[in-house]
Amino acid sequence: MPKHIYELEALELIKNIKEGNLRVYEVVEEFLERIEKVETKINAFITLRDREEILREAKEKDEILRQGQAKGILFGLPIAVKDNISTENIRTTCGSKMLYNYVPPYDATVIKLLKREGAIILGKTNMDEFAMGSSTETSFFGPTRNPWDLSRVPGGSSGGSAAALASGEAPLALGSDTGGSVRAPASFTATVGLKPTYGLVSRYGLIAYANSLEQIGPMGRSVQDTALLLNVIAKYDPNDATSLNVKRPNYLASTYNVNDLHRKVRVALVKEMFEEGVSKDVALIVKNVVNKLVSEGFLVDEISIPIIKYALPAYYIIAMSEASSNLARYDGIRYGFRAKISGDWNEVFSETRKEGFGKEVKRRIIMGTFTLSAGYFDQYYLKALKVRTLIIREFKNAFRKYNILISPTMPTPPFKIGEKIKDPLAMYMSDVETVVANIVGIPAISLPAGFVSDNLPVGIQLMADHLREDLLFSIAAFIEKLTGLRNLIAKI
Amino acid sequence: MRRKIVITEKLIEHLSWLARIRLTEEEKRDFIKDLNRVLEFFNEIDEVNVKNIEPTTHTALLTNVLRDDVPRESLPLEKVLRNASEKEKEYFKAPKIL
Repeated sequence: MPKHIYELEALELIKNIKEGNLRVYEVVEEFLERIEKVETKINAFITLRDREEILREAKEKDEILRQGQAKGILFGLPIAVKDNISTENIRTTCGSKMLYNYVPPYDATVIKLLKREGAIILGKTNMDEFAMGSSTETSFFGPTRNPWDLSRVPGGSSGGSAAALASGEAPLALGSDTGGSVRAPASFTATVGLKPTYGLVSRYGLIAYANSLEQIGPMGRSVQDTALLLNVIAKYDPNDATSLNVKRPNYLASTYNVNDLHRKVRVALVKEMFEEGVSKDVALIVKNVVNKLVSEGFLVDEISIPIIKYALPAYYIIAMSEASSNLARYDGIRYGFRAKISGDWNEVFSETRKEGFGKEVKRRIIMGTFTLSAGYFDQYYLKALKVRTLIIREFKNAFRKYNILISPTMPTPPFKIGEKIKDPLAMYMSDVETVVANIVGIPAISLPAGFVSDNLPVGIQLMADHLREDLLFSIAAFIEKLTGLRNLIAKI
Repeated sequence: MRRKIVITEKLIEHLSWLARIRLTEEEKRDFIKDLNRVLEFFNEIDEVNVKNIEPTTHTALLTNVLRDDVPRESLPLEKVLRNASEKEKEYFKAPKIL
């Protein structure tokens, strides 16, 4: 039986559109129908674009195609975008009441790039408020549900993007990753997500949470689709002062470059990342994948990086400090929510932020205000930055000997909605495997490793040295072949 | 040597003022509990010896990115003001400061 259109990988859709086997209109129409069918159960989107407007755009694309004028490597492909990435004339809320009515006057650089390559934006996906969370439960617009088990979280903060992929609502998506926000939901939904090297993808138009840590990242249901999307968004951008002006390889080509990898690539497991707080099931499933690599001739060592123990507290100190500074801009004056009270500046400002921010955002701003305040700055913020230096040093050392470091992506399978939301520390602990890549600024990818009790996804995380996304994609593509876990859509 | 720090109601009120976020009584109570636990977790980094270690503020593999100071087109006023909750003529309208 032929597959439904929504079950095709992005690369297959693009090929079929290009060759005239599928019209853009029917592709887009099918995704809209799929969304209509499952969205009430999943809640992956905060804002969907107007149906007529999308279909009109699809028709225009078909006409361009008919005239032989089609350009762009994503031509006609529908895509979902996380709601902290600015889209001109499409509401962008960051999952917050503070921005519930904010319509950006400009496109983020990555959105310009998507449009240039012919992609069609379906809508904006749900997320933890201001990307502060690991479960997509702190959204002002309600939690997103995990398509594999509707009683569980999809991970976060890019949970809407991941859930849209795993439910067949979109073939490709953008997320953002400050401490694991692309990889956590990829792990929890059996999809693929990459956090690029800091500076590889422009942050211009990404609404800031912790800007020294975050990157926009590509998300897909296969390693190749994810690589394809990175090809589109990884461009130098003078509008982002931290954008790297370096040559970017063809990442999709890297996914085909899988011959003789065992001779070229040195792999290590990081001991500490399989120990404290990691569930036995998860460790076992990830080690099974590693055993498959060994069977293919890879030499896999186990290494110890003891300082990794301090990555999580250092990360949260830095992230909350940066957040308290970044989110000072929400004063209710220039955009966003404004409390309906009369009073002086400080009163209106304080009331606006009381009513506009959710509890986790307030908690982090208050804590970040503390770590940056006089008397505590040296002991917390400055010290965390120094610990960061030491962690970077240890990882650079490890990369002198090894090309790829392996760990689980998440310490547990997807947890229940409501299970951790009342206990902030328990929630923070779920980032224990992912934050280190953000602290060091290196690329990291999560892809499916297996399932616990048939339907709870477990992801494997690969980390590489700065700017070695090419290597990550080669190994990830190889692993994907070994596991056969590719293009997985949950039955809903 | 590290001082023992406890987040008290007085400190929460001070932070709430610095951050310009009014907190309800319930939030204050919750935050004193939560933030003391978070602080304990932060204190784990006390164990790390960072003598003579420089801080890292970012990992962009870059220093001092400069560009020519050339005037560029900015967003049209109409677009800039579109999201403001209150405006008058060509201005954002803010609450009184003095």
